[in-house]
Parts: sequence; structure tokens; C-alpha cells
Amino acid sequence: MRINKTIVVFIMSTAILSACSSTEEKDQSLLDSDIFTEETDTYQNEMDLSGEQIGLESGSESDPRFSDPTNPLSKKTIYFMYNSSQVQQEFIPVIAAHSQYFLDNPSERIILEGHADERGSREYNIALGEQRAKSILRMIKVQGVSNNQVEIVSYGEEKPASNGMGEVAWQLNRRVEIVYLGR
Amino acid sequence: MPILFRKILFISFLVLYPAFSRAELVIEITRGVEKAVPIAIVPFGWQGNTLHAPINLVAVIKANLSRSGVFKPLAETDMLAQPTDAKKVRYRNWQALGQDYLVIGQVSEVAGRYRIQFQLFDVYKREEILSYRLLVAEQELRRSAHHISDLVYEKLTGKKGVFSTHLAYITSTSVESNKKRYKLLVADVDGFNPKTIVSSFEPLMSPTWSPDGKQIAYVAFENRHSVIFIHTLATGKKLKVASFKGINGAPAFSPDGKRLAMTLSKDGSPDIYVLNLASGDLLKVTKSYGIDTEATWSPDGQFIVYTSNRGGKPQLYKISSRGGGSPRRITFDGDYNARGQLSADGKSLAMVHANRGDYRIAVMDMATGLMNVLTAGRFDESPSFSPNGDMILFASKNSARKGVLTAVSIDGRMQQNMGFDSGDVREPAWSP
Repeated sequence: MRINKTIVVFIMSTAILSACSSTEEKDQSLLDSDIFTEETDTYQNEMDLSGEQIGLESGSESDPRFSDPTNPLSKKTIYFMYNSSQVQQEFIPVIAAHSQYFLDNPSERIILEGHADERGSREYNIALGEQRAKSILRMIKVQGVSNNQVEIVSYGEEKPASNGMGEVAWQLNRRVEIVYLGR
Repeated sequence: MPILFRKILFISFLVLYPAFSRAELVIEITRGVEKAVPIAIVPFGWQGNTLHAPINLVAVIKANLSRSGVFKPLAETDMLAQPTDAKKVRYRNWQALGQDYLVIGQVSEVAGRYRIQFQLFDVYKREEILSYRLLVAEQELRRSAHHISDLVYEKLTGKKGVFSTHLAYITSTSVESNKKRYKLLVADVDGFNPKTIVSSFEPLMSPTWSPDGKQIAYVAFENRHSVIFIHTLATGKKLKVASFKGINGAPAFSPDGKRLAMTLSKDGSPDIYVLNLASGDLLKVTKSYGIDTEATWSPDGQFIVYTSNRGGKPQLYKISSRGGGSPRRITFDGDYNARGQLSADGKSLAMVHANRGDYRIAVMDMATGLMNVLTAGRFDESPSFSPNGDMILFASKNSARKGVLTAVSIDGRMQQNMGFDSGDVREPAWSP
């Protein structure tokens, strides 16, 4: 009987432990799915949402345009298709708005952080994330932004925006974040 | 609260699995081999001042041999007798139990050290085929059990055992919202004695062993830049070997340990480079406009197999490691083949293989080009060969989406999960 009890405790503790260790992950994926069942499942909505999550980090903080949801500067995340680093049409105004801001504010510095979804190999995803960041970098440079205003880094699949699984989460993770550095 | 539960878990381990009481890793065989060889390993005799030997050597040996998938150890409760001396062995008893082989032994305490003596018998030929004596310190007892397992395995299969080898792997644990602690760890191959090599709040990636097993190269992030370090295990010293602009990734030691292949994007697109570790000379090996990454060396160091999307989708290519060659595509099955790893004999190439969205581990025979998909997961990645080429360790996700390590035999028939009790575990690298 004693052994039986121990086994029960063992099984329970294992169950509780696994529940504990994955709480955060589950909450996150619940959050994602809640949002996407409540709202319409369009790309635009996903983008707005993530733009809010990331928040502002820098000298651009005082600029009201960055917090005005109707202004393209409020969007700082560019999303990509699976295994692609091609910038989609809908994000061109966002990149153009940020480029203009850098031209107007030559002391402003940013990092383009490239990311990938969890599928496939990790180092390949690092390369993919960098190609995504470079796609944006090329567009920004074409507008005349100086080289030393922009840096790029790729985290591949190592820093997901959403811990959920499935296409909804993966869409959020295939991204480039425009991160303003403090002056 | 989690700490309390972890304690409860730890205690329940102590009660239920005395042999695994210090493990951070639990191994569960999920796919077994039908024709495992029956072997009886009798509890070793003990002579010393305490009631039991400090560790149960036989439990470790049994766990090792059954984990190999090649052997099926007999349960102690099924034994008719438990001899510890060769003179007391009755072959008939073991034949009646259907055992092919028998191991017996004794441990005795000799002036603060331990003498281990063991013998292996062929039950049908009725003869002793291996006899060994070791004198070790207490902290070496566990290692001795691995050594004995290696000796038995090699004697009976003709192949080198891998029970004394190590694993390097990466874990990540959430410490607060949006913050994770990443660790690079090294443990015994059965998951015991995990030691943290590096800990960081930024991602750690791509651990890989030097061919002598003394160093580990890995990727870290410092001030939003990737860098490659070589860590020397004995001294704890780390050397930064690459911190160029852009990607510094996917390190791979050449088989002679003198060169390190890596992925750099300092000149534009990610390409494979080879760094001469003595001279510091850097040679650019690939020159495509697309992604070239994840180098793995042939055993003679003459060529490198790598991932490239030069044809649109990622596939594996082969190129001379001396530079100036032209790449030759070697994988043609599936939409996605990446992260190749050549076995130590160069005959097999393991990779991440995807078809219609499921990422699995496949092995290609380098001579015939035939591909065999070994796993059935959706997110299997980072294959790493055992030094004898019999097994492949890889990372996958369990039903709770936690990263776990799994080992599969190269024929795909035997598979075992290695569950850790904390965090996400990934990127296993099996030591030489």
C-alpha cells in the first residue's frame, strides 16, 4: 500500500510539474488563439496586435506619430511568407515611413532584427532571418538612409514572438522587428 | 511552488528508481528491437564496511545495455541463483532461462578504493569469454560501470560501446515574462552529471565537439551580434574565434581538429568559410548568392557537405574544403533537406528532411544515395551521430510542446526518449 501511495504521488507530482513548467507556454498559445477567434482573421489585425506588444524603446518615444495607430510609423514589425525573404506589398508604406523618419532624424539608430518560425533547422533559420532583415535594409538604403544608422541581426527561431503552434503563431514569428535604439 | 514540486518529484525518483536518483534525465524506450540478445547480469557481490556498495554498478550496466537496444537484460527476480564466483556458475540454469550470456562480479573496498572484478560467460559454449579487474576511487565507480558496459558491448557485438561518451546540449528556461535563461550543458551519455558550461540571457546555439573531445565550439549572442566561441572543457577557458559583421554560425571542426568550418555573412549572403585555427587564415569555400550554411566534414577532411538554397529550396550540396571547387547537389528527395551530419566513417549522412510540412530525421547512404526516413515527428531537428554510427540523437517536441531529445537507431527500429525535468532541451551533440 505504501508503495502504491508513492506511485500516486509520483504520478501526480510529474503531472503537476509538467503542468507548471508549461504554464507560460500554454497561456501564451491560449492568448493567441483567443485573440484570433475573437477578431477577424486577417493579416492586418495580426500586425496591429504585435505592433502594440513590442512598444517603443527610444527617443522616438516622444513622437506622437509612433503611437498613432493610423500612422504607418506605429507599425514596427514586417511579416513574411514561409521560407521567403520577399517583402510583401502591404508593408512597403511602413518601411517607407520609417525610412523617411531616419532621413529626417539622422541621429536616430535602429536595429533590424530578423526572425523565423520554428520549423526546419536552426542555423538555416538564422540565415533566413538575416535575409529578411537585409530585404528591409536594401529598401531603406535605396531611400538614402546612411549605413551607420542601421544594423542588422538575426535570431532565427530563437526568439519567437508567439510560443504557440500552427500557422497563426508561425505567421507572427516570421518577421523583422524595427528596434529603435535609445540615444 | 515549482521548487516544492520538483522536490516531490525528486523524492519519488529516489523511492522508485534508486539507480536514477541523481539523474536529470529519464530515458524511456518507445520503440524496441524484437531480437534483443538475452543477457543475465547478476548483482555483484559486495565486501566492505557499509551495507551496500556506494553505487549499484549492475543497475547502471543493465540500463546501458538495454538502452543500446541490442541487449535485453534478465530481471533479477527471474534468476534461479545469483552467483558472484565463477565456481558457482551452473550453465544449465541460465540455459533453462534462455540466456545467451551471463555477467557476474564482485566489488570490494580496499583501503578507501574499490576493486571491481567481473566475468562474462557464453552460456551455450559454457566458457568464460572476458574477465577484468579494476581498482578505482569512489568518484570513478560510475565511470567504471560505463567502462564495463563498453567492454561487454564490444566483446559481444564487435563494435565499440558509447557508454563512456558525453552529450552537449542547449536548454532554455523562462525566468520571467519575455526573458529566458539559455544554458550549454555537458552530461554523461545516460544524462547523469549534467554540468553547465555556459549560461546566458541571450540565445546559445550549435554546440559541436572537437574531434579529441576536449573542446566545444558554440554560437552565442553578445550585444546583438552572433559570435563563435571555442570552450576548453578542462580549463574552462573560452576563445572567441569569429565575431565578424553579420552571421557567425554553424561551427564544425575538421576531422583533424585543425580547422573550423563556419557560416559567415560578412561579405553579403551567408557562405561557408574554413578558419585555420593555428594561423588564423580564413578561406571562403562557397560563393552563392543564396544561403549556404551548416557545414559537415568528410572523414578525410577533403570535402564539406552543407545546406544551400541556391536551387530555391534548401538542399544538401558537396564541395571541396580547399575552396575553388564547384558544388554538387546530393539530395533530391523531399522539399527540404538541411543540417546534414556525416557519420564518423563518412558512409551515412543524417539530415532534417521535410515533405509536405513534417520535419523528420532521414539518413542517406552516401554510396547509393538511398534515403531512409527514421522518425515520424513533425518538428524533428539537429541530428547527431553516436561515435560508432549506430544511433542518431535528435531534438523534437513532445505533446506538451516541450523540447526533448530522442535517440533512434540508424535502421530506425529502436527509439528512446530522453526526458529532462526542466526547460526546453535541444541541439544535442554527441561527443567523440
